[in-house]
Amino acid sequence: MIQIKDLHKSYEMGHNSLHVLKGLHLDIEKGEFVSIMGSSGSGKSTLLNILGILDDYDRGTYYLGGKLIQGLNETKAALTRNEMIGFIFQSFNLISFKNAMENVALPLYYQKISRKKRNQIALEYLDRLGLKEWAHHLPSELSGGQKQRVAIARALISQPQIILADEPTGALDSATSLEVMEILKEINDQGKTVIIVTHEHDIAAMTKKIIKLKDGVIGEVIKNGELQAFKDRVRTE
Amino acid sequence: MFDIDVWQEIFATIKKNKLRTFLTGFSVAWGIFMLMILLGSGNGLQNGVRTQFASNSVNMMWLWAGETSMPYQGLKEGRSIKFNNADYAFLKGMNQDLQQVSSRYYLPGNIVYTYKNEYGSFETSSCHPSLQSMGNMSVTAGRFINDLDLNDYRKVIVIGDNVRLALFKDADPLGEYINLNNVPFKVVGVIHDKGRRNDDERTSYIPISTAQRIFNGADRVHTFAVTTKVVTTAEEADSITADVRKAMALRHNFDPKDKRAMGSFNLLAMYIRTMKIFQAIKIFVWIIGIGTLIAGIVGVSNIMLILVKERTREIGIRKAIGATPGSVIGLVLLESILITTVAGYIGLIFGIGLMEGVNYGLEKAVGSGGGDNIFFRNPTVDFTTAITAMVILIVSGALAGYLPARKAANVKPIEALRND
Repeated sequence: MIQIKDLHKSYEMGHNSLHVLKGLHLDIEKGEFVSIMGSSGSGKSTLLNILGILDDYDRGTYYLGGKLIQGLNETKAALTRNEMIGFIFQSFNLISFKNAMENVALPLYYQKISRKKRNQIALEYLDRLGLKEWAHHLPSELSGGQKQRVAIARALISQPQIILADEPTGALDSATSLEVMEILKEINDQGKTVIIVTHEHDIAAMTKKIIKLKDGVIGEVIKNGELQAFKDRVRTE
Repeated sequence: MFDIDVWQEIFATIKKNKLRTFLTGFSVAWGIFMLMILLGSGNGLQNGVRTQFASNSVNMMWLWAGETSMPYQGLKEGRSIKFNNADYAFLKGMNQDLQQVSSRYYLPGNIVYTYKNEYGSFETSSCHPSLQSMGNMSVTAGRFINDLDLNDYRKVIVIGDNVRLALFKDADPLGEYINLNNVPFKVVGVIHDKGRRNDDERTSYIPISTAQRIFNGADRVHTFAVTTKVVTTAEEADSITADVRKAMALRHNFDPKDKRAMGSFNLLAMYIRTMKIFQAIKIFVWIIGIGTLIAGIVGVSNIMLILVKERTREIGIRKAIGATPGSVIGLVLLESILITTVAGYIGLIFGIGLMEGVNYGLEKAVGSGGGDNIFFRNPTVDFTTAITAMVILIVSGALAGYLPARKAANVKPIEALRND
């Protein structure tokens, strides 16, 4: 699903150039449930942005679903994002003056689907996440967990192949975090590739593969079978 | 771009910032309001002056004979110049530049009009039939002087409306005989001289041939009224005047530059020059008006910039989930156009409404007879100007939104969505 080879990215900071990604290799298969970890400055946000086609890279190649993502103009990038990627953010990023249903339906608006039809689809997705009776509430009237579920519904509605979640539980208490992770797990079980960026070990431990970034390259990959060992190690640390 | 979601979003943001939107809109409305008032006033002044000109055809020219003030070809100054009927024939056939000609013989002394027991002293003018159209006179009863009257030396008279009132009261004057210095004249018509002051309706008209025969005029003529070809520049009008002066000077042996030998006045030249001043005023008004408008538009642009700044996060979200730069630009641009157009339209309505109100008051004043001399008439803005203003508004709304929209389109989702 995702093939990244020798990826380089640096930022210009005045006269200095900050080299963030230094020849990163990454392969993620279809249907994987991956978390990306790393201390701040390790390049995980940069990687997420490149994965989400929110930012361009300097060198290397990035294939998404067999398609080379390189030097797209803004309009093409927007269309690809809309089609292939669902975003979930730490701070939910719902639009405050739109109700839950309208927020969920927004990606379909950019696919030029009629208002009636997309609202109907949005209701279906909200129903699936148990929020049907909250459909006509504004985000400010929802709890944190509810907001994140609305955001998940929004990420799912365009039926993307990949869900990119940036600290999806960062603003939630542990019970709600667990709930959200359960939902993401279910989504993954339905065959979608889910990629989470997090710095919480117990959240990462709920995924099937952990990629640890260190200084702009992959430091360590912990796979399914080793997860138990990872969990134990985290506990003793 | 025009579906309900876009409007819903625009109204949501407008609702969130009512006062700010109002203040911005107000500056645009004010700009348009001032533009309408300035343009309306300019038009009012122009129409007022035009009405003053309308008492005659604007292409009218007068010639009158005088006394030479310059020696010419061995002849001394101080000779009096005398026009005659041959001059009339000459002017009539002179060239294409002159269209209609009417000559006038001044009746000697004071003419007393008597009818039954009524009498009075009125101005009597002798003329050719063409004077009616040249002087924009409308006949309210009967007819004007015609060619038959002229050829047969008929003793007929067309009286001014005030003369009719003084002599006939409410009786029908047509076919009645008035005595002018004891010579009976048959009343064939009553005229109303458009745009003239009431005093001028004290004038009555008789055929020039009759006047010359009855009042010992032989073939003498005192003044000519001529209509010239309608030209568009003052220079052309002046050159027609110069040609006529030259020709007449040749016939009567005086220096064409001698203004006292033959006086002349070309109304068209003056009319063109006056209208040119108004053209300049109009340009000036547009410059001021557009200046005011620009101030308003800069205000709108400013507000939109702040708005985009405030909505950076929202725009970031939209872009992350698939909004193209085009749709973001559309959103900002449409809001800007909406504010300027609605506000501008309100300003337009108020401006035009005020000027129509002033016009209503003026017309009432004129209608009650007190406003004949007003140099300010119909101070309204025509439809084309209003449409032009509207188009300017929409274009300027787009301009005002353009910079902020560009800024919005360049919002980087990464920066907008950073958790800070």
